[in-house]
Amino acid sequence: MHISNGIINGPVAAIFAAFALAALAFCVRRGRADLDDRLAPMAGLVAAFIFAVQMLNFPIFTAGVSGHLLGGALAAMLVGPWVGALCVAVVLIVQALVFGDGGVAMLGLNITNMALLGTAAAYLLIALLLRVLPRSPSGLAVTAFVSALVSVVVAAQGFVLQYWLGGTTDLGGNLTGLAGTMAFAHLLIGVGEGLITATTVVTVAKVRPDLVYALRALKPATPAPAVPVAGGAR
Amino acid sequence: MSKRHWPFLLGGLLVALLLAGVVSNYASSHPDGLDSSLLKGCTVNADDEITGGSCPAQQAKDHELADSPLADYGVRGIGNDFVSTGLSGVLGVLLTFAASGGLFWLARRRGPATPAAPATPAATADRADEAATPSGGTR
Repeated sequence: MHISNGIINGPVAAIFAAFALAALAFCVRRGRADLDDRLAPMAGLVAAFIFAVQMLNFPIFTAGVSGHLLGGALAAMLVGPWVGALCVAVVLIVQALVFGDGGVAMLGLNITNMALLGTAAAYLLIALLLRVLPRSPSGLAVTAFVSALVSVVVAAQGFVLQYWLGGTTDLGGNLTGLAGTMAFAHLLIGVGEGLITATTVVTVAKVRPDLVYALRALKPATPAPAVPVAGGAR
Repeated sequence: MSKRHWPFLLGGLLVALLLAGVVSNYASSHPDGLDSSLLKGCTVNADDEITGGSCPAQQAKDHELADSPLADYGVRGIGNDFVSTGLSGVLGVLLTFAASGGLFWLARRRGPATPAAPATPAATADRADEAATPSGGTR
């Protein structure tokens, strides 16, 4: 979902660059509370994994169209919303500066859609669903799938907003056409994102449940009868 | 960080390297959802190049760093597509891991695990891990 140069005009791109920079600085401030000796290397791995999976464009059921993981929901699940947004942002910066993917001038727009909007939408849903769904592998899988799917659709509509503000082609008032096309394509891409996210999160939870941020941070709505564990502050 | 995280980290990195280094060669080369939405109104040939019509994608300009040695997920100078894509993916995974891991390590919080933790000075993050594992399970 990387915007190429020339698609959005310079002033709007600059505004979003300033917005993204401020938001990322805020994420660093909030994320530092989560970043300890255990989370820091895990966050590095999450970023590297997202980079790898973003290379794997999968076909969707519309002929000639592909999609790839954005990673916001995956990152939010595994390392939390603040550090998660930073993980996706690092991937986007590496892609723009080293791999020529997504214009450098468009970086603020791309970070806003994929790193900020996508991760925020995902984490809001994760926080809601993990509290109401049972703490089982299937509850976790549903949480991951739904939050990932919705996050992709939200990120896609972020682009529609940006195009409305500064798109370089006059759509003749047909912005809803673009919004509809984007929504439909990204609903299908979101299914792929959901499957990848659910598979990855359930796998990590099976191997090392203590490494899933969302399971540590979010308590169920109706707490199970608490078994006192010495020193179990979390 | 504790030694018992290394197997997980190395395993995860290995999976990422395999995906970016090998599986990436089987990825779809069609335009993604955003690019294809911007092609609406244009006709394209089998290589997804614009052949006519008018659409937003025609405004696209070249990337600032289109001449970078790893541009478009290939290593410049390597003729074999499979090797070129795979190697660029491996380099990208290692670069992303080093850059983000390094930055996160520098930015990490030092000192006691949580301000609200019970006042046992020896309760380091790793001991808190062990306490959380049995009670924090998903099953």
